Amino acid sequence: MIKIDLKLFVTLSKFLPGEGESFQVDEGTSIGGLIENLSIPSAQVKLIFVNGKKVASDYRLQQGDRVGLFPPVGGG
Amino acid sequence: MAEQFVKEDRYIRNFKTLSHDEQNILEKATVSIIGLGGLGGTVTEMLARTGVGNLRLVDGDIFETSNLNRQLLSEEHLIGSPKADAAKKRVIAVNSSVHVDAHHKYADESNLFDIIKGSDLVVDCLDTIDSRFVLQKSASKAGIPVVSGAIAGVSGQVTVIFPEDQGFELIYGKKAIEQSRGVETQTGNISYCALFIAALQSSECLKVLLNRGDILRNKLLIADLWSNSFEVMDLI
Repeated sequence: MIKIDLKLFVTLSKFLPGEGESFQVDEGTSIGGLIENLSIPSAQVKLIFVNGKKVASDYRLQQGDRVGLFPPVGGG
Repeated sequence: MAEQFVKEDRYIRNFKTLSHDEQNILEKATVSIIGLGGLGGTVTEMLARTGVGNLRLVDGDIFETSNLNRQLLSEEHLIGSPKADAAKKRVIAVNSSVHVDAHHKYADESNLFDIIKGSDLVVDCLDTIDSRFVLQKSASKAGIPVVSGAIAGVSGQVTVIFPEDQGFELIYGKKAIEQSRGVETQTGNISYCALFIAALQSSECLKVLLNRGDILRNKLLIADLWSNSFEVMDLI
């Protein structure tokens, strides 16, 4: 298992597991796998950031990664 | 209308942050603000007060009761009145030296290019995702940078798109009709978040006009006020 910091923004926050920001996943888990494990409908995730950079859903998580998932925001 | 106040007095609180040359650049600048709701109304006020000399203000909408919770220019007696008219009146009231062109019309593919051409900067304060793509396309064609803001609930984002940049595709993916609205349909919008994101947009406007500071080009500033998260993410 590896530890990541997980932040789910706006409407995605309801999918945040009890562990909150410090979250354990199996080594080799992709972001797509993480989204599936958390039962987040993938269409609701518009932006994925790891350590301050945009990544794709096939990114493999590493120990200590800071992960942020963001839904589409378009209001004005 | 003639300048009622001496410029030196009006902007005296600017001059320890901005040079006189920079103030003159702002005075000569033309900025088009597209959308005059929660974001655009506030950006209008901030740019007028700061001294941007020429503002084109565009919105085909009228005020509704549901705007009163956050839209700075909305007032109870203005329900049913055009937002563009209120924006023009507000600018004249706070800085009569600003030249204002107000357009009470919805910006779309047929008119955007003509409205924005000749501007130094366009501010995207629209409220649908697909209209933002249309705006980027027109601004790119006209060779004008775009400062974009978007909000949902107490979260928001700001970015700056230059004509040759990928822009919204990096944020929303390929343009798709089902993307018209974001999660703001589920969260609504809270006043202080709208004003906060509008303030960040106004700041980016000045930085682009003055070519000063760190500009959010190919970056997305994301703010969430429940968790006090303020992060600048690299989009490429």
